[in-house]
Amino acid sequence: MKIAILGFGSVGRGIANIVNSKNTGIIITAVADSKSGLIENNGIDLDAVLENKKKTGLCGKENITPDEIIENADYDVLVEVTPTDATTGEPALGYIKKALGAGKHVVTSNKGPIALEYKALKELADKNGCLLKYEATVCGAIPLIHSLQYGLAGNEIKKIYGVFNGTCNYILTRMADEGLTYKQALLEARELGYAEADPTYDVKGIDAAIKLVILANTILGYDKTLQDVETEGIDRLTSEALLLAAEDDLTIRLIGEIDVGKKILRVSPRVLPKNHTLVVQDTLNAVTAETDLAGDVTFIGKGAGSIETASAIISDLLFIRECNGGRS
Amino acid sequence: MKLEIKDSPGQLVAALKPISDVGGNIKSVIHERDPLSENGTLDVQIWLELPEGKLNSLIETLKENDVSILRVGEERFIIRKSVIIIGHLMHTDLSDTVDRIDGTGYAEVGELSMVMPAINEPTSAKMTIKSDSVQDIDRAMAILQEVAEQKGFLIIEPLEGF
Repeated sequence: MKIAILGFGSVGRGIANIVNSKNTGIIITAVADSKSGLIENNGIDLDAVLENKKKTGLCGKENITPDEIIENADYDVLVEVTPTDATTGEPALGYIKKALGAGKHVVTSNKGPIALEYKALKELADKNGCLLKYEATVCGAIPLIHSLQYGLAGNEIKKIYGVFNGTCNYILTRMADEGLTYKQALLEARELGYAEADPTYDVKGIDAAIKLVILANTILGYDKTLQDVETEGIDRLTSEALLLAAEDDLTIRLIGEIDVGKKILRVSPRVLPKNHTLVVQDTLNAVTAETDLAGDVTFIGKGAGSIETASAIISDLLFIRECNGGRS
Repeated sequence: MKLEIKDSPGQLVAALKPISDVGGNIKSVIHERDPLSENGTLDVQIWLELPEGKLNSLIETLKENDVSILRVGEERFIIRKSVIIIGHLMHTDLSDTVDRIDGTGYAEVGELSMVMPAINEPTSAKMTIKSDSVQDIDRAMAILQEVAEQKGFLIIEPLEGF
């Protein structure tokens, strides 16, 4: 199976490292970052590329663009892992459309295009006999999409709710455990690399809301946008609120929920017993699906990180190969 | 609420079964032998929770089963929901906030504990609302949310009833 990787940040490099160290049968024939690209149809020398990226910040030659890779490289699956733009989905959206239009399968970790245009992309993929996989867009390493689509096939899903954002979960864990203020916990999260320099996207609940939109549109067949999600973040929380909760053995977590019966999508801080299944520590994610046949099924795991996200991508790639009878 | 019945043979079972039939929850059953009782019968107190509006149909059924009811205790608010509120509670007329719930007649603010770290810093509070039924609690919560929107509070609700 030959793949072309667009985006050579931590996730892209994570994939390269896994392909380099494990016997997956995957061959990388092209890579591109925001400034350069490389095509080697017989398989790229990954050690050399990773070393070059470390030294120069570039993965290849400056005149090779993602568009050129999509058009000219020899690959079966396009792995699209460029930075996300939640408003337009670009440039990733354009790359994905182009690859699907050319009859190539696509695996992406990019939330923007999937949240904004899943329906159109799926139609395009179906029309061209391709698969579009996006496991890495929701809860990183947890195989949530796959489990909901295949593992729980035949079940009616009544509710999906849980902790979808590791950054917020880390901040709340630290506020509860150490009595830190919101600002102190956020600073700590930044120092440890769990929060971006601009943490708005995470702490305002937007990241969790986008994940709900993806689940709603791709698993439940809704047609929702970010504006349809009632969203309240954790940036107004006080350490006193957590203390008051702790008096009754309770704590606070940022919970995203989809209520299928009421068709409600909501992200809000909620009070839960400390021993509740969804009260996970640090940057973990935890999601419960309420179903008619299987009952409640809860998934707990790492929601972010380069290798963890790459795990979801590799799993999607091997699934595509399996669907094609081991070929491609 | 509290029911008192005479304990003659078979009456306890006849009294308990209809309670579960209407979806009630028996909290405790207390037998009390009255030393002054001439015929040696027992008074039984049953402490129970009932879904909203089921009391009358329960009394009907008990009468049909020939269970003699000595006294029906006062109905009390038994459903509780605690929320955490963050905002300027004192500067936005706390008594008005409480009155908006108490004034409904079907729900009331049971407990309120507050932590005020410093002037100009938002207050954090834990408020328990009590009512007879889940529906009424939800109605009271909707009112509280409305107040929160007007006064700029953040309300943190429990994920599920506990």
